[in-house]
Amino acid sequence: MQRQLVFKDLSRENRIFRSRMTVAVVIMVISVSLIIVRLVDLQLIKHAHFITLSHENRVKVLPIPPIRGLIYSRDGVLLADNQPAFSLEMVPEQVEDVDGTIAELARIIDINAVDIQRFYKLLNEQRRFDAVPLRFRLSDEEVARFSVNRHRFPGVDIAARLTRYYPLGSQTAHAVGYVGRIDENDLERVDVSNYSGSTHIGKLGIERAYEDVLHGRVGYQQVEVNVRGRILRVLDRTPALPGQDLFLSLDVSLQKLATEALTGWRGAIVAIDPQTGGVLAMVSSPGYDPNVFVYGIEPESFDELRRSPDGPLFNRAVQGHYPPGSTIKPFLGLAALEYGLRTPDQGMWCPGWFKLKGSRHIFHDWKRGGHGDTDLSRAITESCDVYFYRLAHEMGIDRINLFLTRFGWGRKTGIDITGEGDGLIPSPEWKRKNWHLPWYPGETLINGIGQGFTLVTPIQLASATAALSSRGRQMHPRLVVRIEDPMADRSAVLSNESESWIVVNEEAYWDQIISAMVDVVHGPTGTARASGRNAPYRYAGKTGTSQLVTIDHDKRNDGDDLPENLRDHSLFIGFAPADVPSIAVAVVVENGGSGSKMAAPIARKLFDHYLSKSRI
Amino acid sequence: MNTQQDLLQRLHIDVPLLFSLIVLCGIGLVVLYSAADQDTEVIVRQGIRIGLAFGLMFLVAQIPPYHIARWAPWFYVLGLVLLALVLAVGDIGKGAQRWLDLGLFQIQPSEIMKIAVPMAVAWHLADKSLPPRLLRVIVACLLIFIPVIMIARQPDLGTAVLVGAAGIAVLFLAGIQWRMIAAFGLLAAFCIPLVWYLMHDYQRLRVLNFLDPQQDPLGAGWSIIQSNIAVGSGGLYGKGWLNGTQSHLEFLPERSTDFVFAVYCEEFGFMGVLLLLSLYILVIARGVHIAMHAQNTFGRLLAGGFILTFFAYIFVNMGVVTGQLPVVGIPLPLISFGGTSLVTLMAGFGILMAIHTHRRLLSN
Repeated sequence: MQRQLVFKDLSRENRIFRSRMTVAVVIMVISVSLIIVRLVDLQLIKHAHFITLSHENRVKVLPIPPIRGLIYSRDGVLLADNQPAFSLEMVPEQVEDVDGTIAELARIIDINAVDIQRFYKLLNEQRRFDAVPLRFRLSDEEVARFSVNRHRFPGVDIAARLTRYYPLGSQTAHAVGYVGRIDENDLERVDVSNYSGSTHIGKLGIERAYEDVLHGRVGYQQVEVNVRGRILRVLDRTPALPGQDLFLSLDVSLQKLATEALTGWRGAIVAIDPQTGGVLAMVSSPGYDPNVFVYGIEPESFDELRRSPDGPLFNRAVQGHYPPGSTIKPFLGLAALEYGLRTPDQGMWCPGWFKLKGSRHIFHDWKRGGHGDTDLSRAITESCDVYFYRLAHEMGIDRINLFLTRFGWGRKTGIDITGEGDGLIPSPEWKRKNWHLPWYPGETLINGIGQGFTLVTPIQLASATAALSSRGRQMHPRLVVRIEDPMADRSAVLSNESESWIVVNEEAYWDQIISAMVDVVHGPTGTARASGRNAPYRYAGKTGTSQLVTIDHDKRNDGDDLPENLRDHSLFIGFAPADVPSIAVAVVVENGGSGSKMAAPIARKLFDHYLSKSRI
Repeated sequence: MNTQQDLLQRLHIDVPLLFSLIVLCGIGLVVLYSAADQDTEVIVRQGIRIGLAFGLMFLVAQIPPYHIARWAPWFYVLGLVLLALVLAVGDIGKGAQRWLDLGLFQIQPSEIMKIAVPMAVAWHLADKSLPPRLLRVIVACLLIFIPVIMIARQPDLGTAVLVGAAGIAVLFLAGIQWRMIAAFGLLAAFCIPLVWYLMHDYQRLRVLNFLDPQQDPLGAGWSIIQSNIAVGSGGLYGKGWLNGTQSHLEFLPERSTDFVFAVYCEEFGFMGVLLLLSLYILVIARGVHIAMHAQNTFGRLLAGGFILTFFAYIFVNMGVVTGQLPVVGIPLPLISFGGTSLVTLMAGFGILMAIHTHRRLLSN
């Protein structure tokens, strides 16, 4: 009985077990099918998608920044160099406690508040996995100190980078300009992909104008990285094309001399080689140290520079607008001959004043008592105002403007740096439009001595003087003369194809004006005879003194008792040697007093230096 | 019967099972060599473990099943005591505690439970006629869920799931009524909020991330996403042995343990997976066969429960790796690096062989 029961139970249990096992097998088959379906989906249907993802996981494309081209002076002196500098960088993604790490780092490396401020600014702008610089220009000692402690700072490392350095500093700041960190505005004017590896871009001067030549072409490397982004091997590499080197027409020693001459003054000097249009010197005073901009200038220092009443950031050489004063006279003299209003021997009596018919206003000459019997040559040599009052009146403002325009006044010279000003050639229409006033005849008169609305930039003045010196042959002024490709070992001389001619009716007109200008410095009554004394060569020039305030004629003197910022601007234009000119200059010294006392001696120094140098 | 078969019978060895297990372990070593970045030391260590595990399997196979049935409750009680010890030590030492250091060697009591639970449940149910009555089912459930909850508190969700699955498999095979299954299912559904409440934060996170891995692609969703990429990029034939970029460039986490299947998929592709699945199916089919032909209820339930657990192992691991299940830390049986689960599994296969081979001897 008992046995039977067990027996029955067993067969029933077996049956139950078998049916349950069958159910289990069915469940297992379904489960395996689910896995296989999923694998078909992943491995066969979506394979292309996942192979792309796995490729993107491991292959990263990294830009290789090109090496920026160097900038040399004409004689091969480095004006802009790439120097290796060590900087301390942090990859925010790899650092848990950024603040704490900085505090720790500050114990071994000098990190000041400005560094920290800049760091956080950059931190917000950059991607989390990009290295953010914390300190620039580490000393060798600091590099060593960090290296010893490196293990304590995961995500922090020292990076060696080539950084821009301007060996001559403020001397060449206004001509060469500087590079700075790329900001959003910069990205709008360049091909962004070409700058994917670059940190700096030309901001001003040559650095900006020749950015596309200097920068070079970015390279790429395809690298295989592991999950932490560490590069395991390079799969493919396209090297960067370095930027091209520039050779400027600047003469470093002349530039230095010009800088020194203006030290302590506001003003500008532009020297041009009339044969080529190459700018030999371009100085705007005061200057500034461009090197501080390379790493991002501290806001306080920038404010200080910007707010300085001397305007060190302002490039007077191309942006400064000045009344030309008497430096306008040689050009108007030439116009008089060209328009047939005067002959060289035609004289007039200068009583020291001039009055328009029907007007009570008396226009004074700078020289009390006048110049007496004055012809064109004497009018230029002694800078007779009355002669030019009358001449301007006869010529009329339109003809004056037309002629000056031929010398490039009133428009950009096209010098190859940015920010150049237009100057100003005032017409009656211009005055009506801007001042809502009619043009008065008296305004034409004072325009005749460069005291009217006419404004000129030093580069325009120098360029016009160069054209005058080479008897009408006009070359656009420019700084870059040669571009060298360091890779191809090939240089391209930039031929200045801007040559154009100012043609006048008779070639002799040039000689007459130039000889009058020679007399300015060498003649017995020339306004700049003091600075022309004992010159071993003959040169030509014209002084200019532009008044900033109208002073009662009787009280007129050199203005020594005026406040400094109201004193006259001192100007001088000239070229040397007079017959075969190799240098033409325009010197403007703000509030420097009379042209003969301040600007003319500076020009003489420049000529002496440049000519003695070229003679050797 | 020829003499060779007779000899194997005497040694209590089941040839088809042994063959499949050896091939699977061999594949495991090949994949591990790649997953461990060609570190021969890892291979040697795993090889020694495999050898020891096979040794244990042979030893267990020699034990007659009725001995096993007799020891089952004591084995279970021993396991429970050890689990309690682990929890106590873990409370003192703070944090996750799964190991018990016995000086000479370490044991993981939760692994013992993988065998002890189905054994105890089979012993308990086989005692009286089947299908079991409600009271017996409730006792069986206690036998299952006391250790499961203890393991889950360690916390070791993966093992807890497997231990639970092993016990439930035995219950199921014992013929528990469908309406009871339905009732337990409903109860389980009501328990979900409770389970959620009992779970550790990281366990909840895993479930959430399984539901939406893109939510935190660099954090908790990372392993699911990277694992899918590895599997999918393998394609039909795979990237080739040692050529898996996802694993060698360390995008895959746990690539020689829980995610070793992703490495395999990446390097050997869909065809390789089919081969691996075939081998597993071979083992399971043999296991089902052995269970079907077991001589008594205890043997049937134990063998059946074990083979279903073995399947659950494979299914859960592959489900996790292919992103069909939330991430629970379960190694791929016989392939993943590590000795503990290997030893348990081989002991289990030893029991299978014992059930099968001793039966024939008895019938002779």
